[in-house]
Order: sequence, then C-alpha cells, then structure tokens
Amino acid sequence: MVLISLGYGCKGGAATAALASDAAKRVYVAPGEKDEVYAFLSGGFSGQMSVYGIPSTRLFKIIPVFSVFPENGYGYDEETKNMLRTTHGYVPWDDSHHIEASMTDGKQDGRWLFLNANNTPRLARIDLRSFETKEIIEIPNSAGNHASPFATENTEYLMAATRFSVPIPQASVPIENFSKGDFKGTVTMVKVDPKSGRLSLELQILVPGFDYDLSHCGKGKSHDWCFFTSYNSEQAYKMIEVGASKNDKDYILAFNWVRAKQCLDQGKASNFGGEYYRNYLPENQPAISEKLSGVKMLQPKDCPGVMYYMPTPKSPHGTDVDPTGEYIVGGGKLATVIPVHSFSKLMDVKDKPEHRSGMIMDIPILKYESTLAGEVKKPCLGPLHTEFDGKGYAYTSCFVSSEVVKWELGTWEVEQHLPAYYSVGHLSIVGGSSKDPYGKYLIALNKITKDRYLPVGMELPQSAQLYDISGGKAELLSDFPTVGEPHYSQMIPAKLLMDKAAKIYPLEENKHPYAIKNEKDARVVREGNTVRVYMTQIRSHFKPDTIEVRSGDTVFFHVTNLEQDFDIPHGFAVGGAPEMPNLLIMPGQTRTFKWKAPKPGIYPFYCTDFCSALHQEMQQYIRVLP
Amino acid sequence: MQELLLKKISKMNRLLILGVGLLFVSVYFLPIWHISLAAPQYPEGLGMKIWIDKITGSSTYDLQNINLLNHYIGMHEIVSESVPELLFMPYVLGFLIFGAFVTFIHPRVYLIVLGILNIVILGILGMYDFWRWEYNYGHNLNPEAPIVVPGMAYQPPLLGCKEMLNITACSFPSWGGIILFLSLGILIWVIWDERRRVYVPK
Ligand SMILES: [Cu+2]
Repeated sequence: MVLISLGYGCKGGAATAALASDAAKRVYVAPGEKDEVYAFLSGGFSGQMSVYGIPSTRLFKIIPVFSVFPENGYGYDEETKNMLRTTHGYVPWDDSHHIEASMTDGKQDGRWLFLNANNTPRLARIDLRSFETKEIIEIPNSAGNHASPFATENTEYLMAATRFSVPIPQASVPIENFSKGDFKGTVTMVKVDPKSGRLSLELQILVPGFDYDLSHCGKGKSHDWCFFTSYNSEQAYKMIEVGASKNDKDYILAFNWVRAKQCLDQGKASNFGGEYYRNYLPENQPAISEKLSGVKMLQPKDCPGVMYYMPTPKSPHGTDVDPTGEYIVGGGKLATVIPVHSFSKLMDVKDKPEHRSGMIMDIPILKYESTLAGEVKKPCLGPLHTEFDGKGYAYTSCFVSSEVVKWELGTWEVEQHLPAYYSVGHLSIVGGSSKDPYGKYLIALNKITKDRYLPVGMELPQSAQLYDISGGKAELLSDFPTVGEPHYSQMIPAKLLMDKAAKIYPLEENKHPYAIKNEKDARVVREGNTVRVYMTQIRSHFKPDTIEVRSGDTVFFHVTNLEQDFDIPHGFAVGGAPEMPNLLIMPGQTRTFKWKAPKPGIYPFYCTDFCSALHQEMQQYIRVLP
Repeated sequence: MQELLLKKISKMNRLLILGVGLLFVSVYFLPIWHISLAAPQYPEGLGMKIWIDKITGSSTYDLQNINLLNHYIGMHEIVSESVPELLFMPYVLGFLIFGAFVTFIHPRVYLIVLGILNIVILGILGMYDFWRWEYNYGHNLNPEAPIVVPGMAYQPPLLGCKEMLNITACSFPSWGGIILFLSLGILIWVIWDERRRVYVPK
C-alpha cells in the first residue's frame, strides 16, 4: 500500500502538467463572471471562516467567528466585544474545525452556517444574508468541543460532543482515575429556533469517558439518530498515541436524539450544574451577552434505547451517513478497511441480546458483524472522512497515503485513487453531507504543502485541492493556498445564496440605542467624565467634525454610516488610539469606538476605507484640553 | 366647420372619451417620466421617476444616492418639496378627467377640441417647466462645490440621452407620460372619425 501510494505521489507532477491546459479552462472564471459555488472553509487554529469561489478558488472574504479581526474591528468594538465572552473570560481567538450548513428536509437551505470552537467549547451561528457571526453559545460540562456542530435533518438540533473527557463536574482528581471511570464525556443537544436560528441548550447526556471525535446525523429513515466516533476506548492517560491504539475496535456511538427528547419530556433528566455564556448580536445593535447556568443532564441508564455502541476498527475519525440514510461509514485512522454499518441492521439487532457483546455505563455494545453492511478492503492508509456524490459513490480521504479514494456503495469496490498534496484531512463535496449532493466539485483539505508553492519561510501556505468529480473519473483541477488551516468545509451552490445577500442595513430599521439618522442630530454629550459623540458619516465628511474633550475623559464615538448604497462602508480611526483598531461601518450601521482621551493635544481622526473621490478629505480633529 | 363642432358624438366615440377619462385616473398611480443614470461604479444603474405629485428614486435609495453624487458638483438636493409644480399637478389632471366626464354627459365635438387644446397647452407648458427645472438644477451650482469644472453644466436631456462627465443620463416618458400621449392620439382620432362622418355623404 505504501508503495502504491508513493507511486501515485511521484507521478502526480507529470499528471498535473498533462492536464494543465484543459484544467485551466475549467477553473477559469472570466472577468465579471461569477463562480458556480461558494466554498466556506473553516480556519482551523485561526478561529475564522473563509469564503472562496469555486471553481476559480478566489478568496472572497474572511468571516471572523471566534477571533478578533483587525480588518473590521470584530471582537474589539463596543458592539461585538461581548461576542467573545466566555466563562473563562474574554477569549480573543480559538480553534475552529467543523462547518455545518443549515438544512431543511436534509437539503441545504442557505440560511445559516454553524462552526465549533474546540478549545473553549462553543458553537457559532453565521447568517448567510450578511455573512456575519450572529450568535455564539458556550457548551458547559465539555472539554474540547470537537464532535460539533452536526445538524439533524431539519436543523432541529446541533450535536456537540466532548473530545477530552474530564471529571464532570470538574474536580481535581488523580489523572490515573481516568481509567477508573472518573472521567466522562457529554453529548449536548443545542436547539435551533426554526425561524430566528437562536440557539439554546436543551439537553446533555453523560457518556463514558472516551474521546469523542466526529459526528454526523441521520437522514430519511435514520432521521432520529446521530452517530459519534470515539477513540481511546482503552481510557489510556499516558503515552496516548500508543495506549489508545491498542484495541482492535473502538466505537461509533449511535444516539437516538428523538428518544432522548422523549426522556427529557418524561422528566428523566435531572438538573445539573454548568455555567455558560450565550452571546447574541441582534441586527445593528450591541451584542447581548447573558451568563446562564444549569443544564438538564440525562444518564443513559435512565433512558433505555437512547444509545448503542457499534464497534468500529482502530480509532475511527469520520462517521459519515450516505444520502439515503442507510449507510454509516467509519473512517478508522489506523484501520486497513473502511467499515460500513447498515442502519437497517442496527434497527434489527439493537435490542436482541444475542447481538450484544457487553455494556458500558448501561449502553449496550453490539457485535461488529451484526451491524456491518460491508467493508472496503485495503482502500488506502489512514482513511479519515467520507463524502458522497449522490450517484452511488463515496470518496474517502486518506491521511497517511495522501490520497482520496473513490469507491462504490454496495459493492465496496475501489474505483479510483486520487493523489492529494499532501496529507489530506477532511474533504468536501458540494452538498456532500446532505441528502441531495450537488456533486460536481470535491475539495481536499490538506495539512502539508512542501513543494507546491514558492517557499515563504518555514511556515508554508495552508492548502486545498479542487477536483472535478462530474465525469466517470475524478480529475484534479487546481491547488489553492488557504487562510489558516482548512479544516472542514461546506460548499453551497451560488444560486442558493447570491440573490439574497444583504446589501445595506436599512437606516429606518437601525435600532441601535446610540444611532442617529440625520446629520442634524449629530452632537457631543457630556455625562461626567464620559463623553458620547453621536457622529454621522456620509461621502465625504463626518459630523460633528471638530470636537473638544478633556484629558482623561472616556470618549465613545457612536458612529452611524448614513449611506444606503451597496458597498459604501466608511472607516473610523483616531490617531494613536492604543486599544482600538479602526472600525469598518457598513451602510446604515452604527458602531462604537471607545477612546480614553490622552494627554492634551490635537488628535486627528479619519475614514480608513477608501469611500469616494474625497476620501482623503474625510478627516477631522479632536482637541484634548488639559 | 360649425356643423362639425356642434355635432353630437357617436355612441362608440362617447365611450372612448369615457375610456380616456378613466385612463387618466391611472396617471395618478404611474410615473410620468423616468431619468436613468449609468456610470461604471453603478453597474445596477441609478434612476429617478417623476410622478404627478412627487419625485422618487427608481429603487428605494436611488434618490439619496443621486443626491450624494450631485453634491460633489454642487447641484441642489432633489426632493419633491422643492418642486412646487407637484403641488398643483394633481388638480390639473383632475381638471382633464372632469373634462372627459363632462364630454361624456354632453357629447359635443367642440368639447373634445377644447380637451385637445388643454392637453397640448398643458403639455407644452409642462415640458417647458420640466426643461426650466432641469436647466436650473444643471446650471445653478454651488460655487463652493468640491468639483468645479470650468464651463461645465449638468443639465439632463429633456428627451433622449446625454453624457455628463462619466455618467450617461437618459430621459424618457414613463407609463403615465405614454398614457397622456396615447390619450391625445385617441382624441385626435375621434375628431377625425367624427369629421369623416360629417363630410362623407351617407
Ligand atoms: Cu469615508
């Protein structure tokens, strides 16, 4: 296998060259023309999300989610700084892995995207009209929110499971106690309001102390179920790379969330501690940050039928459900096969004692063969994650052998090996995790670049690769560098989003408490040592334009952009302001710049976004009096 | 001639006059004129509509954006309140509608002739007024404007298209204006039809 994959790696360069001219045509989007697909890539350790056009792979936008953003001041200004508040304090950036698209009836509906923060467990909702982060909810009783945020078929719930099991509730216990069962994991059901998208914690379920890695929810017949991979079923706590790789099988946890909700309604969950923040950014108003406490916690023993373990070879990563909802594909990082479980078989055997091999915390363990639909034999090294093209084929990424393998559902035969440069993690097909994949494009989200681009020091650009999967054989079209680590992606057909993208904030709907809608209302108001400047911007001036404050005053510039024209933001920056970057204020939006008036002198302020012919004249002065 | 002027209008033509009166009612709800502006930085276009009683942008924020562009060259802000004609225009239209109903009740050819004269005179006055208004906006510039191009005026065309700096301005009648022209045509046709019946031997 290693030889085969190395062989592919060597031939890769030549193959790419032969393909080049034809591939160039297929990714070329002429000036003024639009791409066919939006690709949303999570930023991994950058905590952001980036938006690309496919097939051109042009970068359109970076959406700050769990990270402060110098370009527009997200996370710094008075309106958005509370978005990054947590029970651990203000967290300026985090590690973000998985993007999920909202769905209706299992199909992408183009309303929201969801993203997880791994380190400080949180979930975010990004609005697909404004392409802005609108809500962040913290997940209590969790350590490492990795298997998150995976949505049920109608986005009823988002699932979030812990990567690192810890004592729940937190306690300082000897680490050796991990293997004695003192450490636990949780599965969290985050409810999504179908109209507003607002997030709330509905229920947590206490699960055995393994490491929960990834998840996917069912569709169609498996609508009621979500599936979580787990590794370290050995509960090793020293040299985990060895200790956690011993067992021949770890588990996919099959979780019946409809049943869990039933048990909650029957009062079988109990009140449990756990504090968390929920930060919500209403349209054109400052973020509302609430500190909440307590969750409903369910023990599997109190709710029979809620969970089952399906043994799955060697530290599975992906658990991916095919568009029909029948097949659950495991990606065993260290396995030599790709195991596929059958949902029908699971339903058949789950409550028959002869198909069980044991129990963990009252969760039945089923026999491997009892739920197995088939195995793809010797597909590659290190299969991780699988997506589907909707035409009966599955594509699995293989980290160790740096390739994507195409195989057929049902026959379990490998059809094609596609080299990846290099060490592919997740991959993404347009709509590939939904009930109705749009197929056509696949991107491989790679971990290592080596010789693919001009070297730029020791940290090379992060990279992804685009393949055309519309024909019989998939073909590599292009490589493209990415922002942050391209961890996972959702790709959405452009036609679902482009026409409803917001162009302005209508001024008449601006409910910001410090907004003014007319230059005539521009003014400076003193409240003790606090000065509020109600300021307007329009091409190409500010009002008020000259301001006097006293040294030591706390000055709030509440700046409203009066423009109602698409793509006319204005900027705002004050000379030498040490704590704030510049703000970018959208048409019709109000944002606040906080400034501690320094020692007496004259301080300029100006517009930082080139807005008009007289942009350079969009500048004025603040006099600081002694 | 006198015979024609005093002639009672045929039943069908009488109904046509009533139709014209009713058609005029729709002019209250339709823009009369449309000025569109095209510039590279406005790929989706900008425009304004002149109604019987107001001026609006072609879409919600167009007028505001036109005014923002205009302020660089020192044009006055275009707002409905600054055009006093818009205050009495609805009554002029009302008068024409009233005339159509009078003609329907008292169907004589001379009333149609009066109607045509009214429309033509009002039309000429209206177009002159519109031209004068455009002239004032285009020439009466703020001398303190940021951009002053010596000798440059920004008068939009009365009818047709014209280049002004990087903007192409086009001015054409809109549905209300088309209806007014159409009505005039119908009235002239009615007179021609009545005349034919008087002079053609039966
Ligand atoms: Cu500006």
